[in-house]
Amino acid sequence: MTIKDQPTGISKGRAWVFGDNINTDIIIPFRFKSRTNDPYEMAKYAMYGFDPDFHNKISKGDILVAGRNFGGGSSREQAPVALKYAGISAVMAESFARIFYRNAFTIGLPALEIPEIKGKVNQGDELEIDITNFTAENIRTKEIFHARKVPEFMRQMLLAGGLIEFYKKYKQFPWIQS
Amino acid sequence: MQTKSSSVQLQERQGISHTKNILEDKSLTFAEKIISIKNVETRNKSRITAMAGDIVTVDVDLAMAQDSTGPLAIRSLNEMGIDKLYDPSKALLVIDHTFPAADEKVANLHALIRDFVSKHNCMIVEGSISHQHILEYLATPGMMLLGADSHTCQAGCVSAFASGIGSTEIAAVWATGQLWLRVPDTIKINLSGTFNKGVFARDLILDYIGKVGEDGANYKALEWKFSNDYVKRQFSMDSRACISNASMECGAKISVFPLDKVTTRYLDENPRINNNVRRKIEIQPGTNAKYKDEIEIECDKIEPKVSGPDNVDKVHSIEELANVEIDQAFIGSSTNGRIEDLEVAARMLKGRKVHKNTRCVVTPSSVKVYQDAIRRGYVEIYLESGAVFTNATCGACVGTHLGALGENEICISSSSRNFVGRMGALSSKVYLASPATVAASAIEGKIADPRRYL
Repeated sequence: MTIKDQPTGISKGRAWVFGDNINTDIIIPFRFKSRTNDPYEMAKYAMYGFDPDFHNKISKGDILVAGRNFGGGSSREQAPVALKYAGISAVMAESFARIFYRNAFTIGLPALEIPEIKGKVNQGDELEIDITNFTAENIRTKEIFHARKVPEFMRQMLLAGGLIEFYKKYKQFPWIQS
Repeated sequence: MQTKSSSVQLQERQGISHTKNILEDKSLTFAEKIISIKNVETRNKSRITAMAGDIVTVDVDLAMAQDSTGPLAIRSLNEMGIDKLYDPSKALLVIDHTFPAADEKVANLHALIRDFVSKHNCMIVEGSISHQHILEYLATPGMMLLGADSHTCQAGCVSAFASGIGSTEIAAVWATGQLWLRVPDTIKINLSGTFNKGVFARDLILDYIGKVGEDGANYKALEWKFSNDYVKRQFSMDSRACISNASMECGAKISVFPLDKVTTRYLDENPRINNNVRRKIEIQPGTNAKYKDEIEIECDKIEPKVSGPDNVDKVHSIEELANVEIDQAFIGSSTNGRIEDLEVAARMLKGRKVHKNTRCVVTPSSVKVYQDAIRRGYVEIYLESGAVFTNATCGACVGTHLGALGENEICISSSSRNFVGRMGALSSKVYLASPATVAASAIEGKIADPRRYL
């Protein structure tokens, strides 16, 4: 998989359901992320604190569904990078920690904040995410969720595949008005 | 050319007058004031007051990355094809987390950082924790500081806007000198009363986090206020730095102390070394500013606290955990590895021995703290007690070297976090406490009350 394979617009995947306060040390421990600069190597440690073999158990396109404060703790951008390169196509959560949320948009991993998501998704449910409209659907229950809207430049950055891809395409940063 | 230059002069005059108006505005919080002043629009054309919730692009005075976030920032710059920094003197790289390199993989990433610094002629620091080095030499009141490290918020202790972001965004700041920010809502915390014996700044912030939870200040600014000078006296710069730093554990975007005599005295005793950041802007929150929440903390009501394991907001009294035996006691990190911390623990360990079943690791947060500890005789006391005294680094706090934990081991630590696997094995457990509580626990080999040793 390359960055270009990342979903834009609509993507489908199966749910992995987690609780509150899934922090960045759970997503990727320091001792691994600080010893490589290769996203594919980082991906081998995705969700290591939950299950060291997690990266082998997920399928491409799978979606994480979590409770409050997903991604709390460290500023490590390796956290969303590890998830993305492990094949996770999006994260839905009741709320996100501030830096993780910024980082997810920066690296092109859709992060959908849906306050009412708790209890609405079971492990393995098929989900459809639409990052053009910031909505998600649980295919099993047919329920549609509206994620918290983000500023247009953040949405454009995400649709481009992240800040680096946006910059390569437009030769400027999305928040700077030309 | 003449027209252009007079127009620039006019803009500068407007900028100065705008800054003065903002500083004197009684209705604005600290965050609203500083983001209004640093707003790039202020420099360019218009006078805009930034209010909570607004999204604003700001000029950044200093952008830092460290040895576990810098390599990714460098990679991002390379991927974007950017080979020139906007202003290298505003870019800082710090090799602190795994210093000196613990293995070949780390050494290669350190080399990548050194090559980058030598190519771009930006600042580099090796062997002091970034936040402590920034406090000792670079942070200025009214500065806009962003760092690819969550505890960058520590510099709020000198009334700077200081906040953590990711690697690629730091790369963008290095490239342009700017970044977007959302103006945060602010929680104002009024402090009253005096600490009882054995209670320290760390107990105060752990107590607060225990009450509000790990996301209790997510996206928000914390503004600390002293109810009178008597209260203020017990909050040294080291104590303020501890609180601003640990505010990250409830998600705070910034955590700011008022600029007062403690600040100016600290800055006089520790002169700033970088010309670009020497200019001080005194920003006091407006007396009629609108706050999301206002709370009171009575310092005399706080008892020594222990947090953990696995989450920082699991906060307990010492009695609740009094029988937990420990394998390791760690005094260090950017949260509590300053000279004030090493002083209190040394006072307690003087003439005593670390328990035979316990390792005690002491790691100063900077070279300066290390030198002070030698001069004051603390290093000798630690070594006599049976503790290990390491070089300045993040070290055991992030389980990277100098005190990692094995399967099922238990550590009590003055460091920043106790998350699952933070210091090593996933089955290991970390409890957080003040350096005094950690020292008492090192002596007894189990979680212990510091008050009997003070």
